[in-house]
Amino acid sequence: MCSVCGCGQTNDGHHIHDHKHHDHAHDHSHHDHHYGADSAGLSVAGFSQEHLIEIEQDILSKNDDYAEANRRWLADHCQLALNLVSSPGAGKTTLLVETLNRLARARPLGVIEGDQATTNDADRIRETGVPAIQINTGRGCHLDAHMVGHAFSDLALQDGGIVFIENVGNLVCPAAFDLGEAFKVVILSVTEGDDKPLKYPDMFAAADVMILSKIDLLPHVDFDADKAVERALRINPDLQVIRISARDGTGIQVWCDWIEHQVKQTHDHRAAPISPDNLTQSGQL
Amino acid sequence: MHELALARSLIEMVDEYALKNGGRRVRRINCRLGELSAMTRALYFCFESTSKGSRCEGAELVIEEVPLSVFCHTCDAVKTPSGRFNFRCPDCGFPTPKVVTGREMQLTSIELETVNEDAARKHLSADYSAQQTPCQ
Ligand SMILES: Nc1nc2c(ncn2[C@@H]2O[C@H](COP(=O)(O)OP(=O)(O)O)[C@@H](O)[C@H]2O)c(=O)[nH]1
Ligand SMILES: [Mg+2]
Ligand SMILES: [Zn+2]
Ligand SMILES: [Zn+2]
Repeated sequence: MCSVCGCGQTNDGHHIHDHKHHDHAHDHSHHDHHYGADSAGLSVAGFSQEHLIEIEQDILSKNDDYAEANRRWLADHCQLALNLVSSPGAGKTTLLVETLNRLARARPLGVIEGDQATTNDADRIRETGVPAIQINTGRGCHLDAHMVGHAFSDLALQDGGIVFIENVGNLVCPAAFDLGEAFKVVILSVTEGDDKPLKYPDMFAAADVMILSKIDLLPHVDFDADKAVERALRINPDLQVIRISARDGTGIQVWCDWIEHQVKQTHDHRAAPISPDNLTQSGQL
Repeated sequence: MHELALARSLIEMVDEYALKNGGRRVRRINCRLGELSAMTRALYFCFESTSKGSRCEGAELVIEEVPLSVFCHTCDAVKTPSGRFNFRCPDCGFPTPKVVTGREMQLTSIELETVNEDAARKHLSADYSAQQTPCQ
């Protein structure tokens, strides 16, 4: 169930999520909809006659509220969520499949696939034996925190797991829509332009990790990898860069090690404030 | 057309405020957008079509653009970076990833029509949120 909107979506585990996130069909209890039914032009006794209303609120604050709720939920369940973003075709699904095949299966793994229409990517993930939930956004160009919150609970991963979120292929909106993830991972393939970081600075500024993908193709393309990295670092000096080829396996282990490291951090973080006993417990996970 | 997502969030929000204040129509919307969001022109561009059928239809959109500024740890001061695509301190050359201003996307205030003005428009649609089309 969605803890922010309390809309009580069912947990049937494998249904295709087609939540129309912008026109919430269900009634959100926290919204004041008193004037909704008979609002048009009617003056309701008692409301303010002021014309100017001061607001000072972030335009995406609704999404941010959902993202915060997701973050709390993930922390409570000790799950690490990674939000993978890129242009279409940069190699997100291929990388995910390789990653899932390599990560220790002792740990609960799950994938949330965002796509405008098909379930192809979720099918590719399920072939690895890892559960996947497909969110079809229709004409929507990004996942939002509300949809993803439902998918987290529908996945019903055991505590201590890793949830990978493959966002819709697009470098614009996913930069602004926080999903509550621990890290944003931007994937840039060498078949794109090495000036992409300059064209989409907001995405590269928001990301924590940049994966330079398909580097097996470098000899065949006009892409200056060092230049691309330098440009990305100019926008975000804290960005961690990993060069990868899902085709020949270069860099995949580095990426998996990075993930394992973050999982340990997540567990330590959670164990620390509770009691020293939990520290030894988390060490065994 | 990704700015649509932003325009729709904005209009949805304003519409809700208008609804809470008696369902009057919106005359003016004031927002603040950071230079880094690079959405200002795009938002103006798609506001008119996105606001059709809402209480924001016909409203004036006023955007205050907030310039980019960053914090330089070396100089211990807020600076304007040497370029939008170059997050370094213009004085000491040190990287300045900490954006102080420039990422804002805020609705600052709205101005509603008076009750009388609004009464002249009884044909106004009841609930904008029921009519939205998905983002393209
Ligand atoms: N040569 C090469 N091709 C790749 C690599 N990774 C992905 N591809 C190809 O790129 C295309 C798009 O990959 P996909 O994973 O579906 O991209 P997505 O849209 O980001 O999920 C597919 O044809 C993949 O086979 C790689 O490391 N090297
Ligand atoms: Mg894919
Ligand atoms: Zn978009
Ligand atoms: Zn400086």
